[in-house]
Amino acid sequence: MQRIGVFVCWCGSNIAGTVDVAAVAEALSHEPGVVYSTNYQYMCSEAGQNIIKDAIKEQQLTGVVICSCSPRMHEATFRKTAAAAGLNPYMVEIANIREQCSWIHKDMPTATEKAIILGRAAIAKVQLNAPLIAGESPVTKRALVIGGGIAGIQTALDIAEAGFEVDIVEKQPTIGGKMTQLDKTFPTLDCAACILTPKMVDCAQNENINIFAYSEVQEVKGFVGNFTAKIKKKARFVDPNKCTGCGECTEKCPMKKIPNEFNLGMDNRRAIYIPFAQAVPKIATIDPDHCNMLKNGKCGLCAKVCGAGAIDYKQKDEIVERQYGAIVVATGYNPIKLDKFDEFGYSLSPDVVTSLEFERLTNAAGPTSGTLLRPSDGKHPHTLVFVQCVGSRDTSGCGKPYCSKICCMYTAKHAMLVREKYPDTEVYVFYIDVRTPGKNFDEFYRRAVEEYGVHYIKGMVGKVAPRADGKLMVQASDLISNEQLHIEADMVVLAAAIEPDKTARSLGTMLTASMDTNDFFTEAHPKLRPVESPTAGIFLSGVCQGPKDIPETVSQASAAAAKVIGLLAKNKLTGNPCVATSDEMMCNGCSSCEKVCPYGAITYQDKEFRMPDRTVAIRRVASVNEAVCQGCGACTVACPSGAMDLKGFSNSQIMAEVDAICKM
Amino acid sequence: MQDVKTTFKPKIVAFCCNWCSYAGADLAGTNRLSYPADVKIIRVPCSCRVNPMFILRAFQRGADGVILCGCHPGDCHYTSGNYYARRRMTLLFSMLDYLGIEKERTRVEWVSAAEGAKFAETMNSFVETVRSLGENKRLEDLRCKK
Amino acid sequence: MQKIMIAKAKELLQSGAVDRVLGWKTGEFAYDITPAVFETIEELEQSFVYDDFCGANLSKYLIKASRLDGKTLVFLKPCDTYSFNQLIKEHRILRDNVYVVGVPCEGKTDGETLKQHGIKGILGIGSQGDDFIIDTLYGEKTVKRADVLPERCQNCKSKQHVVYDELLGEDGQVLDSHRFDMVEKIEAMTPDERFDFWRGELSRCIRCNACRNVCPACSCEKCVFDNDASGIAQKAAADSFEENMFHIIRAFHVAGRCTDCGECSRVCPQNIPLHLLNRKFIKDINELYGDFQAGADTESRAPLTNYQESDVEPSIVYHKGGNR
Repeated sequence: MQRIGVFVCWCGSNIAGTVDVAAVAEALSHEPGVVYSTNYQYMCSEAGQNIIKDAIKEQQLTGVVICSCSPRMHEATFRKTAAAAGLNPYMVEIANIREQCSWIHKDMPTATEKAIILGRAAIAKVQLNAPLIAGESPVTKRALVIGGGIAGIQTALDIAEAGFEVDIVEKQPTIGGKMTQLDKTFPTLDCAACILTPKMVDCAQNENINIFAYSEVQEVKGFVGNFTAKIKKKARFVDPNKCTGCGECTEKCPMKKIPNEFNLGMDNRRAIYIPFAQAVPKIATIDPDHCNMLKNGKCGLCAKVCGAGAIDYKQKDEIVERQYGAIVVATGYNPIKLDKFDEFGYSLSPDVVTSLEFERLTNAAGPTSGTLLRPSDGKHPHTLVFVQCVGSRDTSGCGKPYCSKICCMYTAKHAMLVREKYPDTEVYVFYIDVRTPGKNFDEFYRRAVEEYGVHYIKGMVGKVAPRADGKLMVQASDLISNEQLHIEADMVVLAAAIEPDKTARSLGTMLTASMDTNDFFTEAHPKLRPVESPTAGIFLSGVCQGPKDIPETVSQASAAAAKVIGLLAKNKLTGNPCVATSDEMMCNGCSSCEKVCPYGAITYQDKEFRMPDRTVAIRRVASVNEAVCQGCGACTVACPSGAMDLKGFSNSQIMAEVDAICKM
Repeated sequence: MQDVKTTFKPKIVAFCCNWCSYAGADLAGTNRLSYPADVKIIRVPCSCRVNPMFILRAFQRGADGVILCGCHPGDCHYTSGNYYARRRMTLLFSMLDYLGIEKERTRVEWVSAAEGAKFAETMNSFVETVRSLGENKRLEDLRCKK
Repeated sequence: MQKIMIAKAKELLQSGAVDRVLGWKTGEFAYDITPAVFETIEELEQSFVYDDFCGANLSKYLIKASRLDGKTLVFLKPCDTYSFNQLIKEHRILRDNVYVVGVPCEGKTDGETLKQHGIKGILGIGSQGDDFIIDTLYGEKTVKRADVLPERCQNCKSKQHVVYDELLGEDGQVLDSHRFDMVEKIEAMTPDERFDFWRGELSRCIRCNACRNVCPACSCEKCVFDNDASGIAQKAAADSFEENMFHIIRAFHVAGRCTDCGECSRVCPQNIPLHLLNRKFIKDINELYGDFQAGADTESRAPLTNYQESDVEPSIVYHKGGNR
């Protein structure tokens, strides 16, 4: 039997005004287990807390019930008070007789009666409380950033700057991501490469940053502070320590006709290649699908021309295992495939391009060296039509239901740049809405319309039909003048929706990080914890969480870094002791609990048990990782045998509260 | 006084999740929005912590109505708890109805931390409903009445 | 079929492919058939039986048997294979230690029902077309199969084996049964009628736990009702609600896991139609969350460990529930 002390707070007149506090203290003093009961004006004041502390010591209390304001207000205060007097802080329960009693009832007998019942429920619960001790776990002071685009780069740089080690894993041969493919950036029109490549170089030179390019995360185990990841470094067939990035091999390789991914297949690269001049790390990579030497052992030219002797046709994939305290997901996006949007003629004419392809066509390092030329005949286009929302805000099922957010602005940029460089062109933009919330965004869009004379037309394009003479017939409707339009265009640019990278879904499963139906990672709280995943220790950076432009991505990347730094700065993590616990003797190992756990906190082991009949049995039983469990209790109801229970809110505790409330 | 004695005072157990509905109840208090004292709140971490056994136990021990409040779907502090609670309670309530127990004695309501007014309204309407049904005779354990 | 099964069992036992056989044997009377383990050829020849009384579902016995040394041969009827699959899904049976032989089933009857049809002194049973031919002390009796099949067999959900290593006889089809007809009938009653119906049924419960012990889904190491710490452990049926609580919770615990094998009702000594509780959950799950057959596979997520953001709200019960 516990020795329980009851402390009824007046809260000035807040409680005492409608609750007869003395009567409550008196009534509760007769409850089983109660050895001390008192009331005081302000229990949370220093004097009030001293009353509690003294009583704990003098009466050797093993449990404390405080009838006061909401536990959301002062539970932490009173737990500290108890701890200061040598009592386990989890032996304190609060009966909320202010917010849920005195403040809502006007009649004193009613409020007093209810306060007594609430007090009884708290006493019934504390009878069954057990001292809880928060678990501690160490923190590995290294972060893993998955994805080496601008989001990953910024996060890594910020974490490294704070003095912690960071590994960037990037599946492409170079870091840089989508931003390397962009020409200019809105709304300031500075060139993407000029602002990004210095950051890439910073990453390479920072002692705290380790770049695993051309690598993939294969497996992640563990939990916040203690992750172990297996990283597959794919074979480049080039020794990274020897390769100087001189590029000699990439000029001599006889396999010339391989579509160049960096320019979205609009020109060719060799079988041994460096994606672009500023690649980091600047190391050549052999494409095993196209290299003659690797495919049938005939060629070996690159090895002959390599002065550094870096070519190694026998190189194998390598698996590296590393420990991390935190993981940042920065897997980014891709434009959607346009095969479901045949009406725009993307597959019918090379002159219908996506916006990302258009970026390459206007980029000085692109396939046309920055001169805008039609892909079909290399001629200068005179009429351009931009189509917005291709697959965005599309509830028909062909596209994505969400707004891709960046298209309005980059289309304004494209239109403006074309008009500036080639004043003889006519530029049309078809839109549903123009969305320009952002610093200097609307001003930018208005400049496109007002200063650069871009024709913005509210309406959707119905059909793009290539004509034999090479022109593209664009049929569209103008919703404002309510007219059908027919435009003879030389080029059509489609603002394709963006979607999370294909690797995100499998990564989400690996990390037990939840995702929405569009495969964007879910944040722990949409407003208040936007850069954390609900899974402790997993953070989100960039478009993997939702569509974003560069400024937003960089802010989120730094925010994620700040959260990671906050975590890595700790030597130990203190958990919430109110976690699930499994009674192994009763567990069936049926996996029901594991299925409903949002955190992946439950695992199963085969264990040997001495059974009541003295035989030894091997049984599959659940165990809860207390560092990962957040204490929601979903598992306790999924468990049919009742083997799973929640500390601090156990089945018997809640049942005792129910009984106490219904007893009257 | 005569009136008070003859008026039926139902016993109502309200399970509230810590993050949304319990905070919503607190807000109702802060704004002095009253609802009948018949409602007694039990704090649980999440609506998914509420075991059907708790609800049956409440009825067994003489509760006249049981209401479960949690975060709105999509807002669960633990991301998915209320979705599981929603399925569990739908099936449980349907079963109770199937057994002939008045379905109006059970309810689930999503109340956010900002919805103090909704909390008070919900409790007022639920108490009213249960009061009109009268005492819960069907699910009560007679032994425990004394 | 019995001969073919004994031959198969002998063959596998002799070759050492299996170490024991899980089947059925006759008890004191011909209709008094119990599950049994056979370890030798002699035992098989002496007492192995497979006839129209072999209703018992053997899959639950494999929880223990599959943990013994060596391999166990088990004969499973189509509906038993669903239970088997469900237990595999819940990691309760070690699949590698079991050799499943699927056997056909045309519906099983029992001595009790036959006696009600005036057939006494039963010595054995056989079937011919739509009839059962019963060998009795008073000569051969013929009875229409459909007249003496229990409800679960009349509304058989499937004659297809969902899992087996080997099949004896022909495999059947998943059937479009009328198994929810009775549930619908109860739903159509007024709340008072429903309450009276269930009070009438459940008040007969003597808490013998036979339903729990036979149920393949009730495979808990220790039942929550036997666990003092759960706060609801109860020993005796002291009042009407104790059983209600037991049966509601039991049905809830097996919701989404119950394959509707009907063993609970078969073994109930008080003839309470317990399967109607489970079927209510199955029907609700099918209607609210999409068709789901527990045990049809070993991977799919059970409805209660799954959710959709677009799931219906519990308030649907107010509109949809039984007769208003």
